[in-house]
Amino acid sequence: MRTLRPALILLALFTLVCGVLYPLAVTAAARLAWPRQAAGSVVRVDGRPVGSALIGQAFTDPGYLWGRPSATGYDARTSAGTNLGPRDPRLVAALRDRARALAATAPGRAVPIELITASGSGLDPHVSPAAARFQIDRVAAARGVAPAVVAAIVDAAIEPPTLGVLGAARVNVLAVNLALDRQLGRPRAVQ
Amino acid sequence: MTGASVIGLIAFVAALSLLAWPLGGYLARVFDGTTRARRVLGPLERALYRVGGVDRDEDMPWHRYATAVVVFNLAGVVVVYLLQRLQGSLPGNPNDLPAVAPPVAWNTAVSFVTNTNWQAYGGETTMSHLVAALALTVQNFVSAATGIAVLVALVRGFSRAEASGVGNFWVDLTRATLYVLVPMAIVMALVLVWQGVPQTGAGHVDVAALDGGGHGQLAVGPVASQVAIKQLGTNGGGYFNANSAHPFENPTPLTNFLECVAILLIPAALCLAFGRMVGRRRQGVAFLVTMWLLFVPFAAVTIHQELAATPAIAAIDDDGAVAIDARAGNLEGKEQRFTAAEAGLWAGATTAASNGSVNAMHDSYQPLSGAATIALMGLGEVAFGGVGSGLYGLLLFAIVAVFLSGLMIGRTPELMGKKIEAHEMKLASLGVLVPAVALLVGVALACSTSQATTLGNGGAHGFTEMLYAMTSAANNNGSAFGGLTASGPFWATTQGVLMWIGRFGVLLPVLGLAGALARKKRVPVTAGTLPTDSPLFVAFLVATVLLVGALTLVPALALGPIAEAL
Repeated sequence: MRTLRPALILLALFTLVCGVLYPLAVTAAARLAWPRQAAGSVVRVDGRPVGSALIGQAFTDPGYLWGRPSATGYDARTSAGTNLGPRDPRLVAALRDRARALAATAPGRAVPIELITASGSGLDPHVSPAAARFQIDRVAAARGVAPAVVAAIVDAAIEPPTLGVLGAARVNVLAVNLALDRQLGRPRAVQ
Repeated sequence: MTGASVIGLIAFVAALSLLAWPLGGYLARVFDGTTRARRVLGPLERALYRVGGVDRDEDMPWHRYATAVVVFNLAGVVVVYLLQRLQGSLPGNPNDLPAVAPPVAWNTAVSFVTNTNWQAYGGETTMSHLVAALALTVQNFVSAATGIAVLVALVRGFSRAEASGVGNFWVDLTRATLYVLVPMAIVMALVLVWQGVPQTGAGHVDVAALDGGGHGQLAVGPVASQVAIKQLGTNGGGYFNANSAHPFENPTPLTNFLECVAILLIPAALCLAFGRMVGRRRQGVAFLVTMWLLFVPFAAVTIHQELAATPAIAAIDDDGAVAIDARAGNLEGKEQRFTAAEAGLWAGATTAASNGSVNAMHDSYQPLSGAATIALMGLGEVAFGGVGSGLYGLLLFAIVAVFLSGLMIGRTPELMGKKIEAHEMKLASLGVLVPAVALLVGVALACSTSQATTLGNGGAHGFTEMLYAMTSAANNNGSAFGGLTASGPFWATTQGVLMWIGRFGVLLPVLGLAGALARKKRVPVTAGTLPTDSPLFVAFLVATVLLVGALTLVPALALGPIAEAL
């Protein structure tokens, strides 16, 4: 009893401090200081939410930049990688199929590995600058514009490594596609 | 390894050591009761004691301290279990999730109370906001605080002489939570929100996808507050299934760096705090250097391995039909915003510390990266290890090391002014061997009851999945090879047992040791005393840890990752 009472009461009090007050305090401060981020960095077009700046979406139209393969089909209610081992025959087969399909859209160019490998979350919002440039000719052809127009939009979207050392250079796929739609209208198939 | 990744590793070690220095001083003052933060938090601290009926001047003998630890943790298991089972009828459940199944609820309860934070469940699809906050987040704090408290009790074993008590568990627990974990978590959580981690009471955000306009939902919630403490408290259990690979848990390279530093920060600072509290600062530095010496070579292996092209890519390149640009390394299961080297470094940090969070999927790492991470866990989680538990684990090895070196040179073994005798050696050996035996028995059990259907991969990689899971549980790490389906009754139940044994099979001998050491007289330093803060002893301690780890793990590693790499 000498031990049980403080154990139960302290557990209840820590539940109050760490489980209720702590998250509420952080939520209140977050809403005050950074309301957009706190709500999930939602991107709106004409007031309608079209996604989050941080969460990738499935793009299949040739007039859009495509993201990385996803084990979850970009279902943002869940998240997962393929969890296939590095020698797994299923992985080798999937990589080979994706590489062949992509190579057919850009003949004569090496396929960047990030475009054929599935991300860890299944929701990766980025591709590398090389993977974005790999797709420029296809996007331009599908939209009937000069590749230089698409290239300018892609180049403007490149984010370098933070402070030059942290992370990899990257391009936000949704941001590029929104910029494409803004400047060139929506691709025909999607309209 | 590329030049950039070598510089990155050195910068990481330097940045962390610099941050650990002031934090170590602060931690020492918190447990001495001399910190100036008492002026702000003192009234709250005293209020908790008053309501809880805690006599803060009581100096507990070790067995009473141990009873308090066990009762507090058992109460935690019961509460976490019940909250999960009653989830469906409780409020704070905007997505109408049903009650968690009994084996998974048991597994999760033990997992979070023992600071393991193995996830047998998918975060965003299993736990309601209420359960995440009241059950999981709370244990993230108090399980870490429990580890710190037990370490502080062991410190008193060394710093006191001819004393019967080792301190007051309620006071140590409260101070570790209020003065250390809560303030650090608030700062960390706000930085994370600034960088894009959601923090909201809402459940889902409805969106219409740009391509095709399909209806979609974004899972959001109080993410930042959970991510902050799961990194700082060596917990590792994420808000989302994909953990810190999820862009909402780890949105930018800056958050990735901070979260990776946070994994090792408190365990590193505790080494320096230990040195100050026992009045031997050089000894604290010696333990920190020991941890770096164990960590860096294994981290270098994972970084090097992940930067290389995988066997799968080589197989495709061989048939010549398609050219692949694989300079970025092994990107299967990794996010574009982090480099493969950063994913390798995180894997080293999260398994060296008993954190278990991931920023990429370990199941898809190269075979030798898998071997390095299993080795870091299987060394007994003493290179950083859990908050508190890592250093008390290393102190057990230090006792074994002074005993071995005493045998070699024919002197009575002493550690920091305390004579090490048969009783102490028995307790230290027990604490060293319990997790090792538990993990090997666990793997044997999994193999002999043919759990093959729960594996994500066949052959040697499948064996590695089982070895990884049991090593992770018995050493309270909590990271996973995601391919294994751990929610079934076999895995959920046995791993729960293993986590409990791995935690209390070490913690209780440590407290027994604290009591025995506190009772002893202090031995004066003479010309015959073996210095335990010298480079020679550090090397000997590293060798002891590696030797015990190798004896435990080499046969199992040969059957799994090594067979796979050959």
